[in-house]
Amino acid sequence: MYKIAVMGDRDSIYGFAAVGLEPVVAEDAAQATEKLRELVSGEYAVIYITEALAGKIDKEIARYADRELPAIILIPGISGNTGNGLAAVKRSVERAIGSDIIFGEG
Amino acid sequence: MAQATQNPTRMELTRLKKKLVTAKRGHKLLKDKRDELMRQFLSLVRENKELREKVEKGIRACNSNFVLARASMSAEALNVALMAPKQEVYLETGTKNIMSVDIPSFDFRTRTQDANDIYSYGYAFTSADLDMAVKSIADILPDMLRLAECEKACQLMAAEIEKTRRRVNALEHVMIPQTEESIRYISMKLDENERSSQVRLMKVKDMMLEEAHHYKERIMTE
Repeated sequence: MYKIAVMGDRDSIYGFAAVGLEPVVAEDAAQATEKLRELVSGEYAVIYITEALAGKIDKEIARYADRELPAIILIPGISGNTGNGLAAVKRSVERAIGSDIIFGEG
Repeated sequence: MAQATQNPTRMELTRLKKKLVTAKRGHKLLKDKRDELMRQFLSLVRENKELREKVEKGIRACNSNFVLARASMSAEALNVALMAPKQEVYLETGTKNIMSVDIPSFDFRTRTQDANDIYSYGYAFTSADLDMAVKSIADILPDMLRLAECEKACQLMAAEIEKTRRRVNALEHVMIPQTEESIRYISMKLDENERSSQVRLMKVKDMMLEEAHHYKERIMTE
């Protein structure tokens, strides 16, 4: 049985606690890195992380990109959508194909 | 380019020819694998894009609902209301195999039977906006999980496609031309050896005939 965690600043994530996801509050990069490592070694299959926070620890997140679990997924936080989530999808297209052919048209 | 330490022997030639056949076969198979992976990846990534747009829109709506809820309630009341969540979500994970890439699949399960059992508070002291906000998050949750599955699959497949593409290119542009070049070098070298021994034999024959019949002396005396 795996659990799901949501990381980010307090205001962005406390709503998710109501539906049964595990909120993990982290405000700065050092704290976030430490918490993320804890979560990865724990039994979490999916970790949602706000785009604003993910922007600060993208190197740490990239380390887990090729692992089967956990899936680290960016979500927009309360401060708005930075577009990093879609940019990550775009990056994987570029990695696979060599150039972006999905997002150029839209 | 032919290697400097290539032995121009028949055995080496046979070995290289076998190697070339294997390389060509491997190249064809890997190319097919790459094409199929690419096809699957493209449809997956389109789904990923759509899901992400949907989820991002949903979460934005949730956030604005929460802002409304916070505006009409005190922070303490809000904290108390959400302090003890009633619902918990668990995931069962399995793996799917697409073209030898292991992709996780998630199957989520809630702690209580009723998935709508999400309100961890009585309705008396909270605003209706909070109900709306919590409901909107619960609604977007299945899509969020599907997004997690889809996006992870995309990441893993992208890595596999990259690897396969490199292998195909290495075979196509390095291995196969190099082996072909070596084969050409060896067969030319063998032909050259053949010719030189032919010439040597002819020369030796000439010399032996000369020895036996003394053609040159006869020409001189006539």
